Amino acid sequence: MTAPLKDVAPAERARSTSFYEASARTRLELLLDAGSLIEFIGPGQREVSPHLKIFDLPEQFDDGIVVGHGRLDGSPVFVAAQEGRFMGGAFGEVHGAKLTGLLRAAREIGTVPVLVLFDTGGVRLQEANAGELAIAEIMRAVMEARSAGVKVIGLIGGRSGCYGGGGLIAGCCSALAVSEPGRIAVSGPEVIETNRGVEEFDSRDRALVWRTMGGKHRRLLGAADVFADDNVQDFREAALELLGLVGPFGLDRLKAEQDRLAGRLRSFGACGDAIDIWTAEGIADAQAVPELPADQFIALANRIGRTSRDAR
Amino acid sequence: MEDLSFRHPVRARAGGARRSAIVGVVASGNLEVLVERVLPDAECAVEIKTAAVGFGEVWSAVIGDFVERYSPGGLKFSINDGGARPDTVSLRLAQAVRLIAENGQ
Amino acid sequence: MTSWQNNRAARDARIAAGSSVARGKIVEAHDVTRLLEAVVRPGDRVCLEGDNQKQADLLSRALLAVDLSRVNDLHMVQSGVVLPEHLDLFDRGVAKRLDYAYSGPQSARIARMLFGGKIELGAVHTYLELFARYFIDLTPHVALIAAVSADREGNLYTGPNTEDTPTVVEATAFKDGIVIAQVNEILETVPRVDIPADRVHFIVKADKPFFVEPLFTRDPAAITEGQILTAMLAIKGIYAPYSVQRLNHGIGFSTAAIELLLPTFGERLGLKGRIATHFALNPHPALIPAIESGWVRQIHSFGSEVGMDDYIRARSDVYFTGPDGSLRSNRAFCQTAGLYACDMFIGSTLQIDLQGNSSTVTTSRIAGFGGAPNMGADARGRRHPSEPWLRAGAEADPDSPAPLRRGRKLVVQIGETFGDKNVPLFVENLDAIELAEKLKLELAPVMIYGDDVTHIVTEEGVANLLLCRTAQEREQAIRGVAGYTDVGRRRDRGMVARLRERGVIRRPEDLGINPLDADRSLLAARSIKDLVRWSGGLYAPPSKFRNW
Repeated sequence: MTAPLKDVAPAERARSTSFYEASARTRLELLLDAGSLIEFIGPGQREVSPHLKIFDLPEQFDDGIVVGHGRLDGSPVFVAAQEGRFMGGAFGEVHGAKLTGLLRAAREIGTVPVLVLFDTGGVRLQEANAGELAIAEIMRAVMEARSAGVKVIGLIGGRSGCYGGGGLIAGCCSALAVSEPGRIAVSGPEVIETNRGVEEFDSRDRALVWRTMGGKHRRLLGAADVFADDNVQDFREAALELLGLVGPFGLDRLKAEQDRLAGRLRSFGACGDAIDIWTAEGIADAQAVPELPADQFIALANRIGRTSRDAR
Repeated sequence: MEDLSFRHPVRARAGGARRSAIVGVVASGNLEVLVERVLPDAECAVEIKTAAVGFGEVWSAVIGDFVERYSPGGLKFSINDGGARPDTVSLRLAQAVRLIAENGQ
Repeated sequence: MTSWQNNRAARDARIAAGSSVARGKIVEAHDVTRLLEAVVRPGDRVCLEGDNQKQADLLSRALLAVDLSRVNDLHMVQSGVVLPEHLDLFDRGVAKRLDYAYSGPQSARIARMLFGGKIELGAVHTYLELFARYFIDLTPHVALIAAVSADREGNLYTGPNTEDTPTVVEATAFKDGIVIAQVNEILETVPRVDIPADRVHFIVKADKPFFVEPLFTRDPAAITEGQILTAMLAIKGIYAPYSVQRLNHGIGFSTAAIELLLPTFGERLGLKGRIATHFALNPHPALIPAIESGWVRQIHSFGSEVGMDDYIRARSDVYFTGPDGSLRSNRAFCQTAGLYACDMFIGSTLQIDLQGNSSTVTTSRIAGFGGAPNMGADARGRRHPSEPWLRAGAEADPDSPAPLRRGRKLVVQIGETFGDKNVPLFVENLDAIELAEKLKLELAPVMIYGDDVTHIVTEEGVANLLLCRTAQEREQAIRGVAGYTDVGRRRDRGMVARLRERGVIRRPEDLGINPLDADRSLLAARSIKDLVRWSGGLYAPPSKFRNW
């Protein structure tokens, strides 16, 4: 906290850097082995959005996503990280194409896993059609890569969460790790409130938002397999753990995932609030879950939380 | 959007060996600065695309002070600006110079 | 024969009239408008308790519903005009004249109503000033107040947000006025007696707890690098050299940044125990890390803050608490403490002119003054010495003999040269002057007068106005820290350079601070969650500040 960060060992620096606060590039630099990140189509190539100019909006040189390769504990990995502060990390044409290309490259090679650091509100409104197409292409590319034997791991803990098409893509991944501030859903709180009314969902009740979409709930429900504390080192360790856990992918796996989701709906479909679900899961003091420190929550989740390890 | 461009003669070459570096993000009140070592040692250029129209004079003053203070010879700065305040611009430019002066590619 | 007890007789008549809708002192919520019609007379001075934080919201609504033939043309004398109902009273004709101190959330509407002649304005006051007038020429006939609980006799527990209540009740009850309290609950025994029963005439149990807004919570996640730099300059450039121990912080992200830098940057400078030990301050959550690190010895508070109750209760060595364990705040005493017993006020503002006058008024808004002018003013009646006070006095007036030289309170304006939406902090002329002309006010609403301001801190550096000897030097010192604003770019470069040589202006490098070190990793807490962790789980932030 007091020493200048650049003088500190990489693991120490990764441990003291909030994943939630860090930029996409900083997340990757600290997540991977020191100095190993090589970027594809980096900012110097100025591969910017062809659409934003029409709306008189500023561009970003990397269109809000860093893609590349590096090493994780010595082994090669492909990586992608969305910048949640540029247009809410939203998918545009170039942004999407960079991720699609990365996944296709992984599919061709077949043995190098992909880490996707989601941080997105969904499709970029200004490039709606191109963005929607990008989501579909990415989902297909994820499934093709997985079919070719590639592990695709999603890491979620950024300020824009993982919403809209991002939530759909995350649902296609081999496994997910999430932190407490991370959120995973398709429709965002404001969208639900606008369409269904404030009685259905009060988007300003942030405690409600987080216990419905936040990291702890996603872990307890089994949507995410590992819970990370909000620092880059914890996400690095979560990624390594997940790479060790993910098994082969095929039709059986998809059927098991279908059964898992159907079972979840049967068990909890009538619950009105996440707290009811946690109570139904056998957590004695469900009210206290949002306040639990990370270590206590991880112990609880490992005891009670579901996992999708056999499904997905 | 407004495009602005500044070229300054510079006293000395900027330190370090790195070819390029990037800092910041394009967001409301923020900006990204891409710095590349592509110019002759006695030159410096700053190219700006900004969402805030009509602040050319302020940019000129900020860039002038920056060049005077850091002597970033040989560097080209490309800025995408989401309407950052002058102090944020100065800070990002200084961060860019610091980053390109570090060791690395 | 002259009668000398007319007011007492009138009060007894009002109580008798009100008793017809009460059982003992207790009135049902649906009878409150009838009570007010019985007790309040046309033209009365009424204090409808609107504090900085707690609001007598049920009584506001009840007063708004009165029969206009029975209650009208009231003269409202209250510190806060905060709820929409406070102004609806004037729209409807229940009230006519207004004396107040603060109108934050209603600042745009109050300006429109003043301009449209809907409100006859007495004056806009500071808190202490209005409280003072309660005892001289603005004594309420009726006070409508808010408390947490009451017993059947009428003893009141105000809870952590005692705020203005004792002052309002003192002025009303002891001058033959009527005190009506809304409470959240009626108990057999109240946790502690903040207001004794014989000063309270009627009690109403509200259907829901009175409204409290978290006004003093700043999310560390929103603190910028610029604010951190400015905070570093303030700590190293002012707190340290003057050894400021007793102080008040305004609300804002710059002062929140200072609070969060004490246990990190301040610790590294070896300042623990030497600065920032005693505060007149609301319970700012951002101060939790400094408290937990042993920086802060004592805090007296104007009011409380939502979510801080359990923390305060557990840290009674630091805060003022009652026998029940909860915070006892008191706005009048804390304002007095800030005025007389603090050596520094540091806070932000919206506009500063070339003389150093500052204002939070824009042409369309009148936010009032609240407490800042009392905090941000030299107390001419002060007589006790202290190191910062004497040192500031000596800087301002080096030639007078020390025993006859007044000290000076440090009054520091802190801010970034450009504020929200890139609006410049520094201006040639305050909007307050234009507003005063528009509304034909005799005084422009200046928050802190330039002659009280001793320092201005921005990301460009610290300007020490105590060291300026002429109006021209003062103007150039202000321009010298005004950065790239129009005011800053019109500075006389030569003169600013000379002021810098004399230490009147100190740049970051003059203070040994590298702006590139102003990093969020310096903050002792970078999120509300971090504050909860620092508090050991005792701080319970309201839902709007959570991301978990």
